[in-house]
Amino acid sequence: MSALAHIGAGQGAPAGPDTAKRGSWMPYLLLLPGMLWLIVFFVVPLVQLFTVSLQSKFPGYPGYYYRDLNFKNYWSALTEFAPHFGRSLLFAGLATFFAFCLAYPLAYAMAFKAGRWRGLMMICIIAPFFTSFILRTIAWRQILADEGPVAKTLNFLHVLPGGHITETWMAVVAGLTYNFLPFMVLPIYASLERADPRIIEAGGDLYANGFTTFRTVTLPMSMPGVLAGTLLTFIPAAGDYVNAELLGSDRSTKMVGNVIESQFFKVPGGYPTAAALSFTLMALILALVFVYVRKFGTEELL
Amino acid sequence: MSAATQGTAYRPSTGRRIQAWFANRFALIVAVFVLLYLFVPVAYTFVFSFNNYRKSNITWNPEGSPTLKHWQNPCGAPGVCDSLVKSLEIGAIATLAATVLGTLLAFALVRYKFVGRGTGNLLTFIPMATPEIVLGASLLTIFVQGFSNVGLRLGFWTIVIAHIMFCISFVVVTVKARLQSLDPRLEEAAQDLYAGPGSTFWKVTFPLVLPGIVGAAMLAFSLSFDDFIITNFVSGSETTFPKFVYVSYLRGIPAQANVIGFSMFVIAVLLVVLGQMIGNARKPK
Repeated sequence: MSALAHIGAGQGAPAGPDTAKRGSWMPYLLLLPGMLWLIVFFVVPLVQLFTVSLQSKFPGYPGYYYRDLNFKNYWSALTEFAPHFGRSLLFAGLATFFAFCLAYPLAYAMAFKAGRWRGLMMICIIAPFFTSFILRTIAWRQILADEGPVAKTLNFLHVLPGGHITETWMAVVAGLTYNFLPFMVLPIYASLERADPRIIEAGGDLYANGFTTFRTVTLPMSMPGVLAGTLLTFIPAAGDYVNAELLGSDRSTKMVGNVIESQFFKVPGGYPTAAALSFTLMALILALVFVYVRKFGTEELL
Repeated sequence: MSAATQGTAYRPSTGRRIQAWFANRFALIVAVFVLLYLFVPVAYTFVFSFNNYRKSNITWNPEGSPTLKHWQNPCGAPGVCDSLVKSLEIGAIATLAATVLGTLLAFALVRYKFVGRGTGNLLTFIPMATPEIVLGASLLTIFVQGFSNVGLRLGFWTIVIAHIMFCISFVVVTVKARLQSLDPRLEEAAQDLYAGPGSTFWKVTFPLVLPGIVGAAMLAFSLSFDDFIITNFVSGSETTFPKFVYVSYLRGIPAQANVIGFSMFVIAVLLVVLGQMIGNARKPK
């Protein structure tokens, strides 16, 4: 079972007795095409990326490399682009936090308060996806621009430090929060919807006050969803470069994704650096996933 | 709070009253605001599709706006409809392939115990936990350095290949969840009624899993249709709709992109509402 299974699991009783069968060639036949696809187009490319991350430059021939075990690539990439790495983790962390704050009440309201409006709310959450996320991010740029309504109001009230929203970290974090919010809402909703409201009522019957009931009953019951939602928000946010590109500035808000993108496409001979950065990002995130899942004690990851 | 103070025998504690308030109103109020927030840029996109702009569609031009000219000629900007058609084609092929491959994987992983099941689960999960930029970067390296030797050039089919790859995981997860929530007694009942394994599968199991498969397909299509990061890495000179918008951003996005973006949103909502209505109509009363 995957911790992320909650995203698609709208309805569902807890799994019944294990109905898995043993000892036949059937599962391998079913697995073969999909696994083959994942091996050829996921595992093999990653191995290739890893070898690229260890290549050395051909002296005198910019843009040419030879196969090597040059671990210095990692060191130089990480020291040169440490601020970008830090920003990626910080911005993604902030966006995940804000998304959680917005998503939990929404998921809670959908699960327990919405009644027959539930379906409509679900559509409202998913439908904006179909207006391309690039279009929506650019729309945010205009809305948050200096001459737009938000910045004007805040400046009128003298509460906006620096006087700008776009071209600052605030716009980037806002964009990340906005774009990945549905990935936080859906898993939390799925796990809250599965929770039996009678158990929550029982908390009240046993003289727990509202906050205690929430903290000791409701929140733990929705923990698998919170876990899945946090990962589904943090992972794409940490690797994103579109929000930083469209909402941020050229100097102080670039994230690691921007570096990887520009090393690949704009810097001649940047492949090894880009590959080393990609690999570090992936290793970091996978480590985080496993630590996170261990810490919260859910064995549902696999 | 007169209702809380009128009784002398039982007076809820402050905490309980806060809970009642929180539970009854707070979550719902926040929810409405969050939903409105989700729609702000969609509304912006919609409004600016009526803008009679001169150079770039950034500021509202009161002269001659609102205008219907962009709606009357949605393909008027060069390349915009070509990119839309490409996105729809890629989405359709990738959805079909990923749904078939992912459903087979999900059945194998849920319904059978076999050597390598753990590895199988891991391999289907990790692509989902990998940032898109890493998937894009690794695919670009292999396409450029490896597969170009066998004649595979960056373009339409490399996008399709990449989309199938990242959609499979989401299909597996969705179908698995549905399979795991099935009541095994239904299949046992079918077998008790002398249905063979084939007819049990096609008459009982498959119809029960079908909503999960349809949901997975819809998820796959929306992920493929809206993908930019991976597409940008593996597309070469091919242009999908998100890439068209991103590339034309510097020159100014034509309002036709707003028309198409908003129309896709409306079409998606209508399809989902229609689907729910059909689903409700087919439910036994």
